[in-house]
Amino acid sequence: MAEHSSHSHGSMGQLMIGFVLAVILSIIPFYLVMADVDMSRTTIVGIIMGLGAVQIIVHLVYFLHVNRSVEEGWTLAATVLAVIILVIVLAGSLWVMHNMNENMQPMPTQEQMMEMMNLQNQQG
Amino acid sequence: MLDTPVTGPIKGPEGPDHHQDHHHVSPTPIGFWLYLMSDCIIFGTLFATYAVLGGNYAGGPGPKDLFEPSLVLWETALLLISSITFGVAMLNATAHKLGGTIMWLIITLAFGLGFLGIELYEFHHFISIGAGPDRSAFLSAFFLLVGTHGLHVTFGSIWLITLVFQLRKHGLIEANMRRLSTLSMFWHFLDLIWIGVFSFVYLVRLV
Repeated sequence: MAEHSSHSHGSMGQLMIGFVLAVILSIIPFYLVMADVDMSRTTIVGIIMGLGAVQIIVHLVYFLHVNRSVEEGWTLAATVLAVIILVIVLAGSLWVMHNMNENMQPMPTQEQMMEMMNLQNQQG
Repeated sequence: MLDTPVTGPIKGPEGPDHHQDHHHVSPTPIGFWLYLMSDCIIFGTLFATYAVLGGNYAGGPGPKDLFEPSLVLWETALLLISSITFGVAMLNATAHKLGGTIMWLIITLAFGLGFLGIELYEFHHFISIGAGPDRSAFLSAFFLLVGTHGLHVTFGSIWLITLVFQLRKHGLIEANMRRLSTLSMFWHFLDLIWIGVFSFVYLVRLV
C-alpha cells in the first residue's frame, strides 16, 4: 500500500524536477514577449506554442503521474482519446473558419451599397 | 478474508485473492480522470472559439490595448506555486502527517485566492473601461474561456476549504485520502489548463 501511494502521488524529487522545468518553460515565453526580443512574429509564436506543449507534458508526467502502469493503462488511454478529440475540434474549427474568411466576399461600404441600390433602381 | 483455512500460498489466477490484487477497490481515480478529460474537451471547445473569434474586435479594444503581461506572469507564478504546495500537502498526507497536510492545504488555498484576486481585478478593470464581455466577439470568447477556468479555481478553493474541515474532524481516514487525491488531480489539471491560457490567450496575442 505504501509503495502504491508513493508511486501514484510521486515524491519530493519528482515534484521539484517538475517545478524547475515548469519555471524554465514559463519564464522563456514571458521573457520573449516582455523584453521585446528581435525575432520574427512567426518564430516567437512558434516558440511560445512549442514550449506550452512541452510544459503540458511535463505537468502530465511529474504532477499528474500519467504513465502506462497507472490504473492498468486506462488513464493514459483516456488521455490519448481526449487529445485526439481536442486536435479534431481545434484543427477542424480553425480550418473551417479560415476557409470561411478566405472565401467570403469583402463587405461593401455604405456608399458602395447605395450605389448598387441606385443602379438596381435605374435598371428596374 | 477466507471462510476456509488455506494451506500453502495461493498463486496465479486461480487464487481467490486474484481479484483484489489486480483490480481497484475504489473506481474513483479512473472515474475522476475521465471527468477531467471531459472537462479538458470543454476547455478545448472554448479554446477553439477563442481561436476563431479572437480577431473580431468590432472596433473595440484589442489584446495589445488590454493585456498586461506582468499581471499574467504573477497569475502564472501563483498558480504554479499552489500546484507545488498541493504536492507537498499530498506527500504529508501519504506520510500520515495530519498537521502538515492541513498547513500546506491552507498555504495552497492562499495562493489560489491570490490568483483569483488578480483575475477578478483584471476582469473588473476591463469592464470598467468599457471592455466587458458584450463589447466584441473577441471579449466574449476571452471572458468565457478565462472565466470558466477562474470558476473552476473558485470551486476548487471551496472544495479545499471543505476538505480542511473534514480533515480536522475525521483525520486522514481512507475517505479523506480519496478526496485529497481527487482534489490533487483537479488542482494540477487547472494549472495545466492555465498553461494553454497564458500561452495561447495572452502571450501569443501580445507578440
